[in-house]
Amino acid sequence: MDYFLTEEQQMIVDLSRQITDELIIPQRAALDESEDFPGAILDAIAKADLFGVYIPEEYGGFGAGTFEIVLALEQFGRGCVGVATAFAASALGAFPILVAGSEEMKQKYLPDIASGAKKAAFALTEANAGSDASGIQTTAVLDGEEWVLNGTKQWITNAGEAKIYTVVAMTDRAKGPRGASMFVVEDSDPGFSYGVKEKKLGIRASSTRELIFKDCRIPKERLIGRLGTGFITVMKTLDKSRPGIAVLGVGLGQAALDEAVRYAKQRVQFGKPIISFQAVQHMLADMAIQVEAARAIVYAAARHIDAHPKDMSKASSMCKVFATDMAMKVTVDAVQVLGGYGYMRDYPVEKMMRDAKILQIYEGTNQIQRNVVGQELNKEYT
Amino acid sequence: MKIIVCIKQVPDAKDVRLDPKTNTLAREGVQSIINPYDRHALEEAVRIKENMGGTVTVMTMGPPQAEEILREAVSCGADEAVLVSDRAFAGADTLATTYTLSQAIKKIGGADLILCGKQAIDGDTAQVGPGLAVRMGMPYVTCVRKISAAKDKPFIVERLMDDGYDEIEIELPALFTVVKEINEPRLPSLKGKMKAKKLSVTTLTAADINADASQLGLKGSPTWVVRVFAPQFKGQRTMIQGTVQEQVDQLAEKILEWC
Ligand SMILES: Cc1cc2nc3c(=O)[nH]c(=O)nc-3n(C[C@H](O)[C@H](O)[C@H](O)COP(=O)(O)OP(=O)(O)OC[C@H]3O[C@@H](n4cnc5c(N)ncnc54)[C@H](O)[C@@H]3O)c2cc1C
Ligand SMILES: Cc1cc2nc3c(=O)[nH]c(=O)nc-3n(C[C@H](O)[C@H](O)[C@H](O)COP(=O)(O)OP(=O)(O)OC[C@H]3O[C@@H](n4cnc5c(N)ncnc54)[C@H](O)[C@@H]3O)c2cc1C
Repeated sequence: MDYFLTEEQQMIVDLSRQITDELIIPQRAALDESEDFPGAILDAIAKADLFGVYIPEEYGGFGAGTFEIVLALEQFGRGCVGVATAFAASALGAFPILVAGSEEMKQKYLPDIASGAKKAAFALTEANAGSDASGIQTTAVLDGEEWVLNGTKQWITNAGEAKIYTVVAMTDRAKGPRGASMFVVEDSDPGFSYGVKEKKLGIRASSTRELIFKDCRIPKERLIGRLGTGFITVMKTLDKSRPGIAVLGVGLGQAALDEAVRYAKQRVQFGKPIISFQAVQHMLADMAIQVEAARAIVYAAARHIDAHPKDMSKASSMCKVFATDMAMKVTVDAVQVLGGYGYMRDYPVEKMMRDAKILQIYEGTNQIQRNVVGQELNKEYT
Repeated sequence: MKIIVCIKQVPDAKDVRLDPKTNTLAREGVQSIINPYDRHALEEAVRIKENMGGTVTVMTMGPPQAEEILREAVSCGADEAVLVSDRAFAGADTLATTYTLSQAIKKIGGADLILCGKQAIDGDTAQVGPGLAVRMGMPYVTCVRKISAAKDKPFIVERLMDDGYDEIEIELPALFTVVKEINEPRLPSLKGKMKAKKLSVTTLTAADINADASQLGLKGSPTWVVRVFAPQFKGQRTMIQGTVQEQVDQLAEKILEWC
């Protein structure tokens, strides 16, 4: 379907497609196997200026918006959700600075993030604080001119690879949700270290580790925005970032559909290509319908967000649920179409199925997204 | 430093079929690309510019459609693009090609460094680089696999040989033809693509380059293509000995034998 992209948007698609076809797809199976971080691919993406797509020109970016980063991520997701996650996590880490940081802070950090010279990461989750962020135990205490951080963040994408971390910590537990603040922590800060790398079901090219703060001292100016606005910044960040995760589902679903159709045309059983069996054809048709519907809702949500509406949570959550549930179903069906071959690592669809699962979990589980949509409905209909 | 990279538009080898009847390349409907070696020449030029400053101009002699590869080169880091295009250039062999390119380069003020690919994947002669250097009065090194450049010092280049490599020190201005081992060409960048879209390509015609019509195109091309094939290099060596006169005689005899 034609989504009437501008010439600039089409350029972003073409460039991301080229990177995906020439660099990501040829390496994805090896990266999945070795669980190595795709440093060279990310460097190529950086050289192509794509790390800065959504960052304003005054900070060295390309000055486009959510929709444009979504277009790039769709292609990367079609190639490998692991690589795409490593790329997307840098944007997730940059958003708090972009939405709430001071002018000095933006000038200090955004140019390096835009050029890809430094990657960023976003650190909210802890062992006892997943869906329920109020369980955060990491603290930040002001001591003279410095904040002192203590605690452990869990499952942080790009941990160890990124140089810039945006971290949520409690600055005043008594104030409840108003007692959380966000900070920038740099890789080289004293008292800051990383835990071991997790072993994962999928997206193995992305690195997931703990961040450990032991009397980690950072300058006072590293506070992002005002004191006590940490959760507001988190919400604004996730509202903007979720279409990026949603579209990984679109890219992944498209990739699974492509593999399934190609295979169904050439696999012969009972003397015919299996695509001639209606049961298979209908499965492929449903996959195609779901992928296109997901693409449409994600593009619409991204464009809606770029128009800076007052409230973007509902659109953002709706597209995330729809597109990532779709990706899970479509990748499972792709394995079904390929039968036993699909279950083998010789074909890419088993990896796609493993990779799909994370999309329903991170950046807010799909249950939590439905809660958001439900709460918005409840508000709207009073 | 002013660097000129000569690039040629060639049919994508992936798509090329040989016409079984005529034994020539069936070019219809075949996608055109930048000659793969020339991508490496461009990448090297951009890297030298990034390290030492200067400008990179890409130049091609070809039909108006060749403008596409110039824009692509700009999206990969070139600053300026020159299309040398005129009906009078049609049918040029390497002699006429080097004449035309040299006139065009002189027209735009010459260059400190000219980079070419080792050879074009369609013509395959590997003659344009050396021929152009001679016409420009520049020293040249072919099959360069590494260039070490430092300000105000001679360049040091490595020339790939069958049995190793030569290290050569050379002062600019000079011309090098490069092999694929020299670097890994980058993909286009978003800013480069924007620039390429807006760029106005300079077009030079036969009149613009003050060309002598008898040296252009088919008229200026003494080459007759009898058959197209890729020669096998077996690296055989024959030592010719004797006095200079004897050596020259023997060599001349061999050359006549080979013809
Ligand atoms: C590979 C990977 C990478 C990650 N990267 C990052 C990162 O970069 N930064 C970061 O901060 N975090 C990251 N996370 C953490 C991720 O965001 C959390 O895993 C996610 O928010 C869910 O939290 P949880 O795993 O603790 O699940 P829990 O919150 O314990 O949820 C368990 C189950 O209960 C359900 N549930 C919980 N509460 C409710 C409710 N109120 N209503 C209905 N259902 C509910 C959930 O939907 C889920 O099915 C990452 C996680 C993984 C696995
Ligand atoms: C199928 C076929 C038929 C041909 N028929 C004829 C014919 O009938 N009569 C005839 O005279 N010649 C003919 N030619 C030769 C043709 O004109 C040559 O291809 C051309 O002169 C360039 O030589 P080359 O391709 O061998 O380049 P090479 O010398 O192998 O190229 C080396 C490098 O020179 C540079 N370069 C080469 N060409 C250009 C260019 N146009 N613009 C800018 N830089 C360039 C590039 O950097 C390139 O990497 C034919 C070639 C082919 C493939």
